[in-house]
Amino acid sequence: MAEFPKIVSADPKGVLTGRHFMDGDHALAEGALAAGCRFFAGYPITPSTETAERFAERCPEVGGLFIQMEDEIASITANVGAVWGGKKVMTVTSGPGFSLMMETFGLAAMMEVPMVIADVQRGGPSTGLPTLTAQQDMMQVRWGSHGDYRIIALVPDSPQECFDLAVEAFNLSEIYRVPVFIMTDETVGHMHEKVVIPPAEEIKVVERNWYTGPKEEYRPYKFDGKHGAPMVKAGDGYRFHSTGLTHDERGYPALTAEDNKKLLTHLIQKIDNNADKIIRVEESGLEDADIVVVSYGITSRIAIRAVQVAREQGLKVGFLRLITVWPFCENKIRELAGRVKAIVVPELNYGQIVLEVERAAAGKCKVISVNSCGGAVHDPEEILTAIMEGAK
Amino acid sequence: MWEIKFSGFGGQGIVRCALITGKAVALYDDKYATMTQSFGPEARGGACQSQLIISGSRVLYPYCTSAGVLVALSQEAYDTYEPGLADGGILIIEEELVKPKANSSRVKLYPIGATRIAEAVGNRLFANLVVLGFFSAITGAASADAMKKALPGLVPDRFLKANLQAFDKGFEHGLATASQTNGAAQ
Amino acid sequence: MSELSPTPEYSLDDNAFREQNPMAEFLRMERMPHIWCPGCGIGTVVTSFAEAIKAGGYDMDKIAVVSGIGCTGRVAGYVKFDSFHTTHGRAIPFATGLKLANPELKVVVISGDGDLTSIGGNHLIHAARRNMDMTVICVNNFTYGMTGGQVTPTTPTSANASTTPYGNTEPAFSLPFLVDAAGATYVARWTSLHARNITKSIGEAMKHRGFSFIEVISPCTTLYQRRNRLGDGVSAMEYYREDGEIQHGADTRTVDIGYQGKIAMGKFVDRPRDTYLDAVVKHLTSVIGDDYELYGKTPMEKKAEEEARKSAAGKGESADICEDGC
Repeated sequence: MAEFPKIVSADPKGVLTGRHFMDGDHALAEGALAAGCRFFAGYPITPSTETAERFAERCPEVGGLFIQMEDEIASITANVGAVWGGKKVMTVTSGPGFSLMMETFGLAAMMEVPMVIADVQRGGPSTGLPTLTAQQDMMQVRWGSHGDYRIIALVPDSPQECFDLAVEAFNLSEIYRVPVFIMTDETVGHMHEKVVIPPAEEIKVVERNWYTGPKEEYRPYKFDGKHGAPMVKAGDGYRFHSTGLTHDERGYPALTAEDNKKLLTHLIQKIDNNADKIIRVEESGLEDADIVVVSYGITSRIAIRAVQVAREQGLKVGFLRLITVWPFCENKIRELAGRVKAIVVPELNYGQIVLEVERAAAGKCKVISVNSCGGAVHDPEEILTAIMEGAK
Repeated sequence: MWEIKFSGFGGQGIVRCALITGKAVALYDDKYATMTQSFGPEARGGACQSQLIISGSRVLYPYCTSAGVLVALSQEAYDTYEPGLADGGILIIEEELVKPKANSSRVKLYPIGATRIAEAVGNRLFANLVVLGFFSAITGAASADAMKKALPGLVPDRFLKANLQAFDKGFEHGLATASQTNGAAQ
Repeated sequence: MSELSPTPEYSLDDNAFREQNPMAEFLRMERMPHIWCPGCGIGTVVTSFAEAIKAGGYDMDKIAVVSGIGCTGRVAGYVKFDSFHTTHGRAIPFATGLKLANPELKVVVISGDGDLTSIGGNHLIHAARRNMDMTVICVNNFTYGMTGGQVTPTTPTSANASTTPYGNTEPAFSLPFLVDAAGATYVARWTSLHARNITKSIGEAMKHRGFSFIEVISPCTTLYQRRNRLGDGVSAMEYYREDGEIQHGADTRTVDIGYQGKIAMGKFVDRPRDTYLDAVVKHLTSVIGDDYELYGKTPMEKKAEEEARKSAAGKGESADICEDGC
């Protein structure tokens, strides 16, 4: 059996090694290029456009192709097609474009194509606040396409992490044959900070799990609830089929409740059963915490400030940052809920991930939402107030 | 920690000022710098602002809460952002474009005829570099050395020399101004 | 009725039948029987497609078929090529990504009028505008068959559909005109009666570099024919024979089809123009230099290679001596 996952050093031609002062959007493009992404079909939308622009500019020198499609539906669908053409692909978008792409995310989950999508979140609903920050698509990314499926979603808190998580997103997508989302936001997207891009040999990249066995035994799918089947690309002579319909392991439509059970169980279990391997969090002061602040993305930076002030005042406040939001770290929350007084959840929406926290906490501790209508980051005072309330 | 706001109208190189300073601090002064800017149609032509937070530790809150330095290169920018400048804060203005309030003693006012100096260097377009030189000398938030290292890639290659010259002029002017001010204070 | 020729002696054994079938090389026989109704024209198009490939001598491993959703959308599931059954209306953007990612593929989109021209209409015109190198075969039966006979953008005015139960009041798209105006570089139309002509056109279209579009007027016997009291499949063939008129090179502005009206057929457009990729590669080569290569070595890599070669050439003698001597 072939080595899996096959980890190699990044192809140096995509890696802009060095120290840069770069915004999050550009860092996403650089991360994708470092991870081996060589195809990007996109459609401009604020505040994500800079990623597409960067990719378009860098493509000729890296040996990749950028195409601006006629709309977001076309761009995401072209990316799915390009995966079957053998490329690593990415696209970026924001609110309205993210909504338009939803149906195809389902196709990507169903066809089990590895791909990366970044949503540079802005305020909504509808056209909303095109130039202002939000974290309002956190539930949409999890549930937005119809039917049951699983995805992976990562949330960077800085331009540096936009780069790092772009590489990780590609790696996860290749391991689990699943669309992986980078749920960044306008603030991080447009914020310039130092971004250190390591030498190519230090960037570890997961190669596509190419099928190497006999042609006649090839099956495009394997419903093993683990990683799925190795892949081939169109033109390799396997003459395979893939469909958005419920299908069997040959990829042929198979349209019974029993068939759907086999397929869907696999789609769900390959993520759920590997959740511990996928989930990454950053934590501090959880050991003896009375109160824990759970946050993600830009909000977590604001939250640290509040946590620092609270600790200065003598409160035992723990900090948990979700780098992986989906799958959700429910075991961690369940464990914390059993021993802390309160969990405080600030987020730039009207209370989305807090619902997951509440579900996992199951009433064992107070859960305090510090919600927002988006458009601006929190005032650290709001989070501090919630921490105080939790401490009562 | 420094909370700095650069402001003016679109086309003056406001965002560029923050980018150069941020890059200088983050890459060559070995401090943390986080830069944000106003986006969208409001950034074109009208009032434009860019914010830079500089710190010895990681910047958490990415925006100015109470700016310690305001660079205002237009009247509108001055009128809009001056109230957000902290008491005792440093206010750098382009003296030909901004008429400060009669009583400006709340803040430390540093006017500079940057456009005029830039013209002497060869082109008024270099005014923002004159301002940056002046800013560097007055505040010390970013070293002159780092600022100059940050320029390649952020100004066109063919204008690099002129931009460096403009920066130096502004810096010299800043040093002179600072020593005068200190002298007066003593 | 003329006398039918005797049915060939096929084995009654399923597996033997599948092996014997002349289409076995092109179809996923294990998926037969297909879902299409008796009298439907989609099968004719599939046969013509297979014949065209046979005649063209293509490497069948390098052909990819992409379909959208609908009765014709099921074609991708039956043909024995790399084949993709995508979402409704999105066969063309999917095919665009597939082709651009692997330019050695011959990409053929086979889908219906509702899929390609209604929900997918925007993609159709943009692929034509770009002259994206692909062949699009649109089986136009004037209706949404899979969902029960609703009106489409090609349903002739006054025709009855389940969502226009009092008759269609909208004007129809004339597809050759639409794609011609949008920039398609090969455009033909036939009816499903004209199998040989379809085969020939598909052959030409697949050889053509750029966006080629073939419309095949085809009967939906179960829904469109019945709802409009137009008889069965044979009646449709009679209509096509009576009213189909070959007009090669016709001005596409004149080829619209009224309700049970004349059907202009033939090759309307065949003109050369850079494909999307040709234009990209040509332009980037002019901007970046001859070193530019799509997905290939980068200018930096080539420069490094050249320098390595030069420095090797500089030390040529000693290197040679070493190689020979060691």
